[in-house]
Amino acid sequence: MAQLRVNPTRMEMKRLQTRYQTARKGHKLLKDKRDELMRQFLDIVREDKALRIKVEASLADYYASFGIASAVTGPQMMETALICPKKEGELDVVYKNLMSVTVPEFRLQVRTDGSRDSYNYGMAFTSGELDLSLAALGTVMEDMIRMAELEKRAQLLAEEIERTRRRVNALEHILMPQYLEAIKTIKMKLDENERGNITRLMKVKDMMLQAQLRGKREDEEEEDLTE
Amino acid sequence: MYKIGMIGERDSVLGFMALGFAVHEANDVEAAQQLLHRLVRTEEYAVIFITEQYAMQMEDAISQYKDRPLPAIVSIPGKEGSVGFGMNNIRSAVERAVGADVLFRD
Repeated sequence: MAQLRVNPTRMEMKRLQTRYQTARKGHKLLKDKRDELMRQFLDIVREDKALRIKVEASLADYYASFGIASAVTGPQMMETALICPKKEGELDVVYKNLMSVTVPEFRLQVRTDGSRDSYNYGMAFTSGELDLSLAALGTVMEDMIRMAELEKRAQLLAEEIERTRRRVNALEHILMPQYLEAIKTIKMKLDENERGNITRLMKVKDMMLQAQLRGKREDEEEEDLTE
Repeated sequence: MYKIGMIGERDSVLGFMALGFAVHEANDVEAAQQLLHRLVRTEEYAVIFITEQYAMQMEDAISQYKDRPLPAIVSIPGKEGSVGFGMNNIRSAVERAVGADVLFRD
């Protein structure tokens, strides 16, 4: 691991300690965020999965009945019947903030031209099967929109979770150990300096004592000589 | 107000016209891909459905728009029936988020 290069000073150590505390707080918050994101994500995905199974089954039914309808009615007639619809499906999009992720919410609005029946073709040239199969399709529509909404949310949340997880890991495994390591290095350096200082002081004291002793002894010798 | 788009082969998408979807026919994957890019560029569509037969062959084009809030590009089974591509998308989203497939283990 690349080590942080730092000046071994008390001030630097203080600064690093504050940064480490901040990193630890951030790490905890991000971890909580990740957990909550995950919980919501799994809820969404579970609902999405159930809905997709339902929609796919309904669509399979619809395709089957539509196949029969077009067999009875004939492709040419089918197309003329369907090509200009009376209805227009539109979506109102509201953005929601889900754990700081912007997700869309779709509201389906079907505009009709005001006439009572919703079929855009006369009854004379098409078979009853077509009516039935289109009615079936109409009921799936709302589920399809809801499914689109859920799937989009799942995608966006998945991205956010991935990003958050990466941040958590970076803090946990790189940044925080780096700070700790740097703090430890500084502490060791400071202690070492302290010890050096003490030894030096002891040595100096020793030398001074010896000098005093020597001085005393010389004085005594001088006194002896004069006597 | 946004439109609901639909891209797919003729026989699969015909019925959706009657629902008021903005239906775009595509005869091959190339055409479908170009259509998709065009529809996204107009920014008029909130949801674009693509039939699985095409969607599974143009994954790259679709994943380009994955991280945008709009449009939601969703694959649905075409008239040949489901090939499980849509389900696979859910699974890959789970794998991306969780790191492992926790939903389809069974």
